Amino acid sequence: MMAPSAKHSSGRKAYLNARLIDPAQGLDGKGGLLIEDGWILAAGPKVTAQSAGAGTTIFDCKGQLLVPGLIDMRVFTGEPGNEYRETLATASEAAAAGGITTMIVMPNTNPVIDDAAIVDFILRRARDTAIVRVAPMAALTKGLGGEFMTEIGTLQEAGAVAVTDGNKAVANARIFRRALAYAKDFDMLVVQHAEEPTLATGVMNASETAGRLGLAGTLAVSEVIMVERDLRLVESTGARYHVAQISCRQSVEVIRAAKARGLPVTCGVSVNHLVLNENDIGAYRTFFKLSPPLRSEDDRRALVEGVQDGTIDVIVSSHDPQSADTKRLPFAEAEFGAIGLETLFSASLSLHHNDGVPLPRLIDALSAKPAQILGLEAGRLAPGAPADFTLADIQHSWTVEDHILRSRSKNSPFEHRTLEGRVLETVVAGRTVYAYDLPR
Amino acid sequence: MTQARNSKRLIEGQHLLGIESLSAQEIVTLLDLGERYVEVSRQIDKRQAVLSGRTQINLFFEASTRTQSSFELAGKRLGADVLNMAVSTSAISKGETVLDTAMTLNAMHPDILVIRHPSSGAAELLAQKVSCAVINAGDGQHEHPTQALLDALTIRRRKNRIEGLVVAICGDVLHSRVARSNIHLLNKLGARVRLVAPSTLLPTGAQNFGVEVHRNMREGLDGADVVMMLRLQLERMSGAFVPSVREYYRFYGLDEEKLKLAKPDALVMHPGPMNRGVEIDSNVADGVQSVIREQVEMGVAVRMAVLDALARNLPGGGNA
Repeated sequence: MMAPSAKHSSGRKAYLNARLIDPAQGLDGKGGLLIEDGWILAAGPKVTAQSAGAGTTIFDCKGQLLVPGLIDMRVFTGEPGNEYRETLATASEAAAAGGITTMIVMPNTNPVIDDAAIVDFILRRARDTAIVRVAPMAALTKGLGGEFMTEIGTLQEAGAVAVTDGNKAVANARIFRRALAYAKDFDMLVVQHAEEPTLATGVMNASETAGRLGLAGTLAVSEVIMVERDLRLVESTGARYHVAQISCRQSVEVIRAAKARGLPVTCGVSVNHLVLNENDIGAYRTFFKLSPPLRSEDDRRALVEGVQDGTIDVIVSSHDPQSADTKRLPFAEAEFGAIGLETLFSASLSLHHNDGVPLPRLIDALSAKPAQILGLEAGRLAPGAPADFTLADIQHSWTVEDHILRSRSKNSPFEHRTLEGRVLETVVAGRTVYAYDLPR
Repeated sequence: MTQARNSKRLIEGQHLLGIESLSAQEIVTLLDLGERYVEVSRQIDKRQAVLSGRTQINLFFEASTRTQSSFELAGKRLGADVLNMAVSTSAISKGETVLDTAMTLNAMHPDILVIRHPSSGAAELLAQKVSCAVINAGDGQHEHPTQALLDALTIRRRKNRIEGLVVAICGDVLHSRVARSNIHLLNKLGARVRLVAPSTLLPTGAQNFGVEVHRNMREGLDGADVVMMLRLQLERMSGAFVPSVREYYRFYGLDEEKLKLAKPDALVMHPGPMNRGVEIDSNVADGVQSVIREQVEMGVAVRMAVLDALARNLPGGGNA
């Protein structure tokens, strides 16, 4: 985890008159936040202008929402290797504008993050160029080849927060079992992209829509059997296992049952799968070509329920920058992936506005839960925690247009959409890294 | 030159990307116009002036003898300057995308671009980026609208109607753009469509396409007015969609015995090129019920109709 000391802001500051939500402490109500030198001193209703003391710089939040900074557990960048699509710096600008204070970057880079030296490179580049915190997940297998386990212990010491092959599934059951057993000794989290590759050969959800469009489909079962297989291996090894993102109703049910059995399993979902469905593909719109694919409205509803009841632990952006050369192609030939750092929070809020998910659960899934799963000290507004937080107006509407997005790539599935709710200010280690000027 | 330009608008769209977006009325209009071009094509002097001065480019990313020559003849009979561009797959592997190629051609000011491409949606993508009219001559597994139109014209000329006919579309529906376009067209004109194929060669959700689905060919052919065979894409056999050609022919090949289950005057159709002895028996393909060669003739006529109809919607319309 890198947040350079030079960026720490000195002096005592109080953010008063806010609506505070801190799921880690069960906090939801009016109050203030007191910070000093990049750390939180106090949060809650007792933080007032009087209690802050003399010499404190006061900010009036005017009743707006103040939450722990968001932690996005699934971010692809192009650094190193494809900097023209995204660098850690440009991704961090987008993250800051989206209220994200910590990005967890995936190992699918060139070279792959499968060696302690590359972990170190990422952390140093982040320290020098990024304006939010960055922590990498390292590869689970060397070169993402799915065959040889990486040096999990050494990678962990270098600063990797989990191991995963990113957007590639580890298909070989023997290799995966061995990696789980080994990772368990280091209490290292193993993250899987759950798609059985011999079944997941399509370019969208296998459905009537795919049949009509003449596109090869990938059945939901290709995800479910991978999750079910892995859960058996988790049961036999005891390793901590996280499904990076699930996309269908059956997976929600399988995870729910596994949790009921007490297995050490968690899972995520991309906000795209919570807000969009396969019909959004329309006339072959490649910005909606995702892996796993967008599925039916019934699946989307099941995912929302999964978030609501906590079966699904975290919401991620699955930010995956692609440029015109990989997206302006016939659908089957285009790359998978969509950007999402800057829209993660606003798009997630639609679950609150339209689907009745309580705000504290949403903030939990975007902040407290990822911190807990990854063992980060951020993700809460408790005394002694880093002063990483986000101020937002959950009613303010804005329209997503590519010229206002900060990501170097513009493949947003929310392009031209109006989202309700907007980040007003993002603070990392006490320092404001993003501030939005509300139009008057 | 026997016909001057006509500016009367016949169809709404600027392009012909698929049958799905056409109305029943537009389809009938195109078939009626196709009927006229059948007569024109049987005259000694076949030349028309409706496309004179227009440039038509046939952009084929997939090899095709019959569709490309059919479009070429259609364009030339209507007086267009026709350029055939076969884009080898090697040019694509050099990094040039379909859009790069199209933008290059667009700069040469064609009036009509006829495109065939192995990816579904390629024609749609192109139409969004070029300024001329685009005709989809087959995109991946999506649509092949002129094939459906020529099939409909063939049926209508033989049966005098389409409404109420039972049409069995048999074979590799999964990979067939011909099947998809025909399903749309026949449904819009009120035919009863059956799909006959093994489960591995049916698209997901086929039962919701407004069709009857049959896995047993004998049941599927029972009482059919039209038997439309599809080409088994042998190049896809490596995907093991069916165990062998031998077994496929046994259960899904159209032979004289299975054909007897259809109506005695049932038409036998095939979009070509045929795999004799794979999906169709040679005797059936060349038999009295076969209208396969007639389909080829109708192909030129409906393509003339489509070119004519789209030219009327071009800037400068029919009287430029």
